[in-house]
Amino acid sequence: MKLLEGTNLTMVFGGLSALNSVDITINQGEVLSVIGPNGAGKTTLFNLLTGVYTPTAGVIRFRKKEIKNLKPYEITKMGIARTFQNIRLFGEMTVLDNVIIGQHCRTKTGVFGAILKTPAVRKEEALVKEKAMDVLKFVGLDDVYNEKAKNLPYGKQRRLELARALATDPELILLDEPAAGMNPQETNELIELIEKLNDMGKTVLLIEHDMKLVMGISKRIMVLDYGRKIADGPPEEIRNNEKVIKAYLGEATLKEGKAC
Amino acid sequence: MQILTVIMINSILAVSLNLVTGYTGQLSLGHATFMSLGAYAATLLTLKLDFPFVASLILGAIVAAFFGFIIGVPTLRLKGDYLAIATLGFGEITKNILLNLEFTGGPMGLRGIPKVTNIYIATIVLLLVIFSLNRIMSSRVGKSFIAIREDELAAEAMGINTTKFKILAFTIGAFYAGIAGGLYAFLFRYINPKDFGFMKSIEILCMVVLGGMGNTYGAILGALFITLLPELLRIVSPAIAQYRMVLYGLLLVIMMIVQPEGIISGSLLDKIKPKKKMEKGGQ
Amino acid sequence: MFFEQLLNGLTLGSTYSLIALGYTMVYGILELINFAHSEIYMIGAFIGLIMVSVYKLPFVLALLISMAGSCIVGITIEKIAYKPLRKSSRIAPLISAIGVSIFLQNAVLMLAGPQARPFPSGLNVTSLRFGPLRMSSLQLLILLVSIVLMIVLHFLMQKTKLGQAMRATAQDKEAAQLMGIKIDQVISFTFAIGSALGGAAGVLVGVYFDSVNPTMGFFPGLKGFVAAVLGGIGSIPGAMLGGLILGLVEMLGAVYMSRYKDAIAFAVLIFILLLKPTGLLGRRVQEKV
Repeated sequence: MKLLEGTNLTMVFGGLSALNSVDITINQGEVLSVIGPNGAGKTTLFNLLTGVYTPTAGVIRFRKKEIKNLKPYEITKMGIARTFQNIRLFGEMTVLDNVIIGQHCRTKTGVFGAILKTPAVRKEEALVKEKAMDVLKFVGLDDVYNEKAKNLPYGKQRRLELARALATDPELILLDEPAAGMNPQETNELIELIEKLNDMGKTVLLIEHDMKLVMGISKRIMVLDYGRKIADGPPEEIRNNEKVIKAYLGEATLKEGKAC
Repeated sequence: MQILTVIMINSILAVSLNLVTGYTGQLSLGHATFMSLGAYAATLLTLKLDFPFVASLILGAIVAAFFGFIIGVPTLRLKGDYLAIATLGFGEITKNILLNLEFTGGPMGLRGIPKVTNIYIATIVLLLVIFSLNRIMSSRVGKSFIAIREDELAAEAMGINTTKFKILAFTIGAFYAGIAGGLYAFLFRYINPKDFGFMKSIEILCMVVLGGMGNTYGAILGALFITLLPELLRIVSPAIAQYRMVLYGLLLVIMMIVQPEGIISGSLLDKIKPKKKMEKGGQ
Repeated sequence: MFFEQLLNGLTLGSTYSLIALGYTMVYGILELINFAHSEIYMIGAFIGLIMVSVYKLPFVLALLISMAGSCIVGITIEKIAYKPLRKSSRIAPLISAIGVSIFLQNAVLMLAGPQARPFPSGLNVTSLRFGPLRMSSLQLLILLVSIVLMIVLHFLMQKTKLGQAMRATAQDKEAAQLMGIKIDQVISFTFAIGSALGGAAGVLVGVYFDSVNPTMGFFPGLKGFVAAVLGGIGSIPGAMLGGLILGLVEMLGAVYMSRYKDAIAFAVLIFILLLKPTGLLGRRVQEKV
């Protein structure tokens, strides 16, 4: 079943088109990777899907509903969550509070509720905290729940971003280079984590340069080059696709494992 | 004794500006304006319509909050720091209007306000403000404010309607400032548009910056210091006291560059806080 | 009568344009509202006044020295109060800017006293007639000086390497740096040029109203910023246009509500933020993620 469908997506920045009539389909329950050389338009695609930019042209449907003109927070509420390429945590807040913030759009407490601290509010707060701890356990950060986010080492910050996105209760989760800057062991842990996520029924859209990760977990791979889609298919097919090899020529070849 | 009451009122102002500027990260340069709206509204309700003190105080604060909302909507919707300049302009316009209106007494201001505010009332109100603010800040709402300060885009991606919550923080801040204005009017028994000018707003900002932005108790300490400073200066030399604004200007620049976390530094508070949380949250 | 109001509006508006340019250029590069800009305007007026009254210099020379002095003040402010804060939170340089503004205004107040001083420019003010139109030679001078300064600025931005570097930096700081542009230098030049224009505006208005005082920068500063937003913040032609329009709107509005003349600019600000926050000539800027 199609979960998200983008048709003819085009994004023009001051005369330069970062994306040029790209079609994207994400099926329920799959792991889809978007790869391509730097500047191919991968992050721009993410920003269109999450409402950070409004596309110059094209249509985006999530569960058959048009979301092109929605604000980012509305899209999050509909069930799409994301992480950022350059980590954007709430640095001065604790790890736990970062994940609690993730549940913002699933909770209701308002100003008066907060001041009066009614039983309903207390109950909601307890539930939120419990769930936040569960999510932290899931990504393996429960032991540092009380640290400030900015004091975490890099790899853990990446995992916290994932935890925070997960806390919004998404159906589709967009990961923008989650393995960037990770050592091989951390990357392996991340692969396990994404597989666990997928087993839980979450659909994953991934931007990644680490080919081992991409080839290992993707059911399908989509390749962008200069803002255009040049290939879309299962990993084996992409590995042997001439256009893709050409696009990556000059950078490391695919067979060596890393292209970046 | 009166100075203690003034410290309480200034603490309310500092704590409420800290909500907007320290916690939510939005610079307001018109906090005294909301104070003036609260003061005038409360005074008029009592003088012209014989409202009781508490009702006037609360309604005055609601009037201030309403105007906060009106200013917040066009300016906080946008990225960039339009709030700072809009509050600056709004402050001058409000002063201008109060100076020209008949029923606010024009430049003469309003006189004959009954003296109701005393140290006990001011303290109780301050405690209520701190209590409610602490409740808000530990809730989903307060956490959203801080998230907006830390990273507006990430906050939006977490499902926070950042515009709505920025306006909310600003409106609550204006409400508290309105209460402080009411207390002020019923303490000094006389109000005048010039009491609530731009320089008063800067004074409140200095309290917040000195105490450390994003720190309620720091703001109170800042209020204590800035309220007593002119008195101390007056003892040293009346001439210096007259030009204390020069000091305030320097203070803002130096604090930002040398000690942005305020005089009670954030790291000091960190040392106290985690222990407390360990006991509660350590399961 | 109507044409005279129009002319008054254009004259004041051209000084708003000069002020707005300083705001818009700094905002374009640092995304900072330089609150101290209104004080540079005031200091410019004082420097001009000192040159004319103490050193008895001719007006044009006084204007040039005032512009040079304002340059130095502007660059110094940037180096001391903003540069150390380039990496900190967004709000820190903003607070620092307001601190500088308060400090300068009150320091001048302490030194010069609160009273307004006349500006003995030594210019021969005559009334000129162009058919049915009447204007003072002073108005003509202000308009001419403003126009000349704006033409010089336009040439500087479009035809020189420095202007190119400034435009590149405004578009993308990091990319400009990679291209070998010295960012610190560009920022200093931006403050220098913006401050020179602001100082010139201060002198012109000082002469126009024959009055200079330490708090004279407050409203023109606010209005210069409104003009910058009206034209589209970050846009240089926008600032020029915004200033002229604001001057006209204000003069015409003042006919009907003279007591609230200063409120008009504020109403314009709120309207433009509600209806077209990118301003008349501004382009929508996408935040990089």
